[in-house]
Amino acid sequence: MELEKIIQVLDCQPLTQPLEGGKSFEKAFGSDLMSDVLAFIHDDETVLLTGLTNQQVIRTAEMIDLKLILFVRGKIPSEEIIGLAESNRITLLSTKASMFEAAGILFENGMRGIDQT
Amino acid sequence: MKFEYTITTQNFTTAGEASSNTKKTLKLLGIDSKIIRRAAIMAYEAEMNIAIHSRGGKIQLEIEAHRITIVAEDQGPGIADIDLAMKEGYSTASHEIREMGFGAGMGLPNMKRCADSFDISSTPGGKTRVVMTLNL
Repeated sequence: MELEKIIQVLDCQPLTQPLEGGKSFEKAFGSDLMSDVLAFIHDDETVLLTGLTNQQVIRTAEMIDLKLILFVRGKIPSEEIIGLAESNRITLLSTKASMFEAAGILFENGMRGIDQT
Repeated sequence: MKFEYTITTQNFTTAGEASSNTKKTLKLLGIDSKIIRRAAIMAYEAEMNIAIHSRGGKIQLEIEAHRITIVAEDQGPGIADIDLAMKEGYSTASHEIREMGFGAGMGLPNMKRCADSFDISSTPGGKTRVVMTLNL
């Protein structure tokens, strides 16, 4: 699922620049627990859905090379945190949808969960 | 090649910088990306543990031709029951720490899972030292 499509179906507000268009993501993982993110995501083409907007979310993504974080429930991190993401080439989006709604809409559009291994 | 990073307790603005530097160093050295990912998780969980649970400490990174060693050592207060601390889901973290997305009781198990060798020693009231290696 291409980045542009994710933005469209979830009516996302892009938070970082530049938007690296054309990137495709096949899997998504939703969590507010960063150690679970570190433990369960094995593929860096995975989208992270989270309601947490602190610096550690960006650090966590940096550690496992995640390229896209989607903040749910209309959450928007501070400018400083957005800057940290940009310096690590991590794209940030925000949607007003809840975690459940966002996951459902992405699933409906072909996105799938992570491998259960 | 050796590097040492000081970790300050309860400073969640700087927490993660040592792991970020560790990752960048390994990348510059051309280490395999899968190994870097494991090393980054080990360093980051250790760094967060020091920032969250201890009075402060340090992380040492040593890179040799055949292995990477990460040593995390803090200034206490030590772990009362190491077996319990190693259990997935067990945590003594405060509500505030949990709100930051940590304290789910996965830190030490995550470190052990990523490492080729993992050794933890601690004295109640004293220091905790974790030595982890990755074979290259």
